[in-house]
Order: sequence, then C-alpha cells, then structure tokens
Amino acid sequence: MMPEASYHQQQYLRHQKREKKLVTFLRIFILLLFLVLWEISARTGLIDSFIFSSPGMIWHSFCSMCSDGSIFPHLSVTITETLVSFLFVVVLGTGMAVLLWTCPRLAKITEPYLVVLNSLPKSALAPLLIVWLGANERTIIVCGMSVAIFGSILNLYTGFGEADPEKLKLIETLGGGKKEKLMKIILPSSVPLLLSVMKVNIGLCLVGVIIGEFIGARKGLGYLIIYSSQTFKLTWVLMSIIILCIIAIILYGLLGLVEKRARR
Amino acid sequence: MKPLLEITDVCLSYHSLSGETPALSHISFQLMPGEFLAIVGPSGCGKSTLLNLICGLIRPEQGQILLDGTPVTSGDCRIGYMLQKDHLLEWRTIYKNVLLGLEIRKELTAEKLAYVDQLLSDYGLDKFRSAHPSELSGGMRQRAALIRTLALKPELLLLDEPFSALDYQTRLNVSDDIGRILRQEKKTAILVTHDIAEAISMADRVIILSPRPAIICKIVPIHFDLENRTPMDSRNAPDFKSYFNLIWRELNHDA
Repeated sequence: MMPEASYHQQQYLRHQKREKKLVTFLRIFILLLFLVLWEISARTGLIDSFIFSSPGMIWHSFCSMCSDGSIFPHLSVTITETLVSFLFVVVLGTGMAVLLWTCPRLAKITEPYLVVLNSLPKSALAPLLIVWLGANERTIIVCGMSVAIFGSILNLYTGFGEADPEKLKLIETLGGGKKEKLMKIILPSSVPLLLSVMKVNIGLCLVGVIIGEFIGARKGLGYLIIYSSQTFKLTWVLMSIIILCIIAIILYGLLGLVEKRARR
Repeated sequence: MKPLLEITDVCLSYHSLSGETPALSHISFQLMPGEFLAIVGPSGCGKSTLLNLICGLIRPEQGQILLDGTPVTSGDCRIGYMLQKDHLLEWRTIYKNVLLGLEIRKELTAEKLAYVDQLLSDYGLDKFRSAHPSELSGGMRQRAALIRTLALKPELLLLDEPFSALDYQTRLNVSDDIGRILRQEKKTAILVTHDIAEAISMADRVIILSPRPAIICKIVPIHFDLENRTPMDSRNAPDFKSYFNLIWRELNHDA
C-alpha cells in the first residue's frame, strides 16, 4: 500500500483536482449558456430565426433527417472520402519523405517546388481537379489529399533530417549502410513525429474533402452545405457544420488513442 | 611480433567553401596486439578524425592505414568503435540493443548469440536483458554499449572519449570497469581523450598530438611496477604524478 500522503501533499492534490473540475465545468457551462441564449433570442425574436436558426430547429431537422435516413449517405460519403484520402496521405507522404531522405540531391532539387506547393491555397486547385478528373468521388479524395500531402512530406523529411548524426555514425561503425540507418534509426525514432503529423493531417483532409464537395459532388456534407445555403435552408447548413465539428473531434480523438497506445 | 595496426605518413585536410584546413599532418605509429594506446591532445586537434580514419569511415588523402597487413574499409568488421555517448536506442530492450551490430552484419548465429549471452552474464547485465536503456544507470549503459561492440569480436577497439558524457564519479568507476573488461578480453584498443589522468591510468602508451594541424609531439610509454593493474591502481601508483607532469608539460609546450 502507498504510504499516507502528508497534509500538504493532500492539500496540493485536492487543489489540483478542484482546478481540473472547475475547468471542465466551465467548458460545458459556456456551451450550454451559448445554446440557451441562442434558443431564447431566436424564440423571442431578438434574432431572425430564418437566418440564424436555433438549436431546437437544428436538433429537430437532424432527427427528421435521421428518421427518413436522408442524412446517412452524406455522412458516410464524407467520412469515407476523408479516411481514404488520409490513408493515401500517410502512405504517400511517408514514402516520398523516405525517398527524399535516401536521395538528398533529389531533396535539394525539389525543395522549392514543395515549399511553393505547400504554401499554395489548395482550394484554388479544386476547380481544376474537377475539370481534369471529373465530378466524382476520386476527385474529392485527390482534393482532400492535396491539402495535406505537401506539408506532411516536408514535415516528415525535416524530421528525418533531425535524427542524431552520432546515432547514424554508430550504424556506420557497425557496418550498416543507408538501409540500416533508415530501418534501425530514422523510422523508429520518427514514430512520435509521424503520429503528430497524422493528427494534423486528418483535419486537413477533412478540409480538402469539404472544399471538393462544395464544387463537384452530389453527396456529402460539403454538398449539403452548398445545396441548403442556396435554397436558404440555413438550419441544414448549421446542422452540417455542427456534424463536421463532431466528426473532426471523433477522428482527432481516435488518433489520440492510437498515439497513446504507441507511446506505451 | 608483427604490429596489428600500422599507420604510415597519414595526412588529411578539411574542405569547406571558405577554404582548406590541414587537420592531420604526417601521422605515423604502430600498435602491437594486446596493446592499449591513448591519444591525447588539445580539443579540436583532430583526435576524433584520426579515429574515423582508422576505422575507415573517411579515407586519408595521403599515407596508408593497414590492419593485419590489409587496408581498412568503411565499416570494417575487424574494428569496434565506441562513441562519446552510449547511443543505446530507447525503443529497444538492452538485449536487442547489444544485438544491433550482429543484426546489421546479419551474423545472428547460435555461436555469436551464445557469446553475447556469455558477455551479458559475465558483466552483470543478464537481469537487465528485457529492460529499456532509460532504466539503467550511466555506468550500466556504457557497459551495454561496450558489449554491443564486443559482440562483433573486433580485433581492434576504438574508444572516442567514451566517458566524457558521464559525471566525475561515474566516470572514474566506468573507466575502471571498462579498462578491466578490455584487459580481461585481451583487446587491443585506442582511446582518444583530453583527460590526461584517464589516458595514463588506462594506457600502455600515450601519444601526444599538437594543436591543428596535428603532428605527433611525443610518444610516452607508461610503465608501472604493478601486475594486472586496473586504472584505479594506476592512479594511486607513485609514478602517476610524474607521468602526468611530463604529459602536461608537453601539451603546454607551445602555449
């Protein structure tokens, strides 16, 4: 059994616990306050509920879309597209970063191009992609990838370059070459980096997918947002945005769990 | 007896865009099997460069380096190298760490594995096999690094200030420890250090290098009337102080 903590230690622990509880409480409180104020001002006519909608109306339309099942195709399309483009970004990004690491000359040559492509607003590419590849799911996936891929190549490549040169020398003194350096040092030491890059990427892929759906889709939450804003169903727009928030939280949370597992 | 290592007239310069800096100039010496040689010199004089040359990671611009009569190659399997830090890989267990060299050379044979087991149990790391490096003390980590090198059965061991990252007390203990292990395994070794006392306590001969471009100022044979001396014994020997002063004077000759 643990020895009894001293009085001051107990007080310290109690203080920390209280602080944590307070923060959690205030977080939830702010959300509830916001929702309540929104609902009240919509009902009393303080704000125009046709434009600003209200939590009640959003919930209501969500329930009715769930019961007639019309929301699910949009949800599944957006989530699948995001996950597929994320998978491609992770595989291609890591592959490219490894290629650049193995061939430093190639890295030097391509660096300015990667930097430009990375800082380019990718939403500008979307219309072009639609024309080139057609208005289909494949295009949306490419669109999602385009937002995240260049940044992840650059991040991973930079991370690979920061491996301890002395550790690489160790491999050399043990008779290893490039392949051994990569397999024994670079990749294992980059696992935390890879995970943090992935956490950023999942959000970026979602952004790219929504941009793609804005201009070239018949299904998906991005399409739903555009369609309903053009037909002035702003309740649907707000509902889609809230669903997107929840999807983002869930995807990010899942990767957080993966990260925790990998740390152990 | 034939020398194990013959270095003849080795020269090397560093090259950068801003120019050429001579680093080593006409270095020649020989090393007998079983001998322990220390190289001391002011920092930045090219001591580590000399080790990189001996193990074949870089090639001399002039002169030659022969081990057992044949030139050394990059990653030469006859040479073991200990770096300034232990560089144990945190994501591997101690056992996996000591096997790293064998893994890379694809020599995970039953015979070599048995030798590793022997080393681990001889040097008290048996019970740490499945531990991760962060669970070990500095001294134990350095031992694991040594076993990783010894596992390849190198003919020649190069030690590049292997104790410099340790605190003073650990450093004395570990150098005593490593020194004893090397004598026990009858290894030929070259130790590079800037610590004169460490050099005298461990070596049979001390080579003193000048500031850059390094030339050999003097070679001092160390002899104590002690049988099977450990580094700690040497530090307590009456002649220790006079060797120290001799090397100290030589190092400060130009200053």
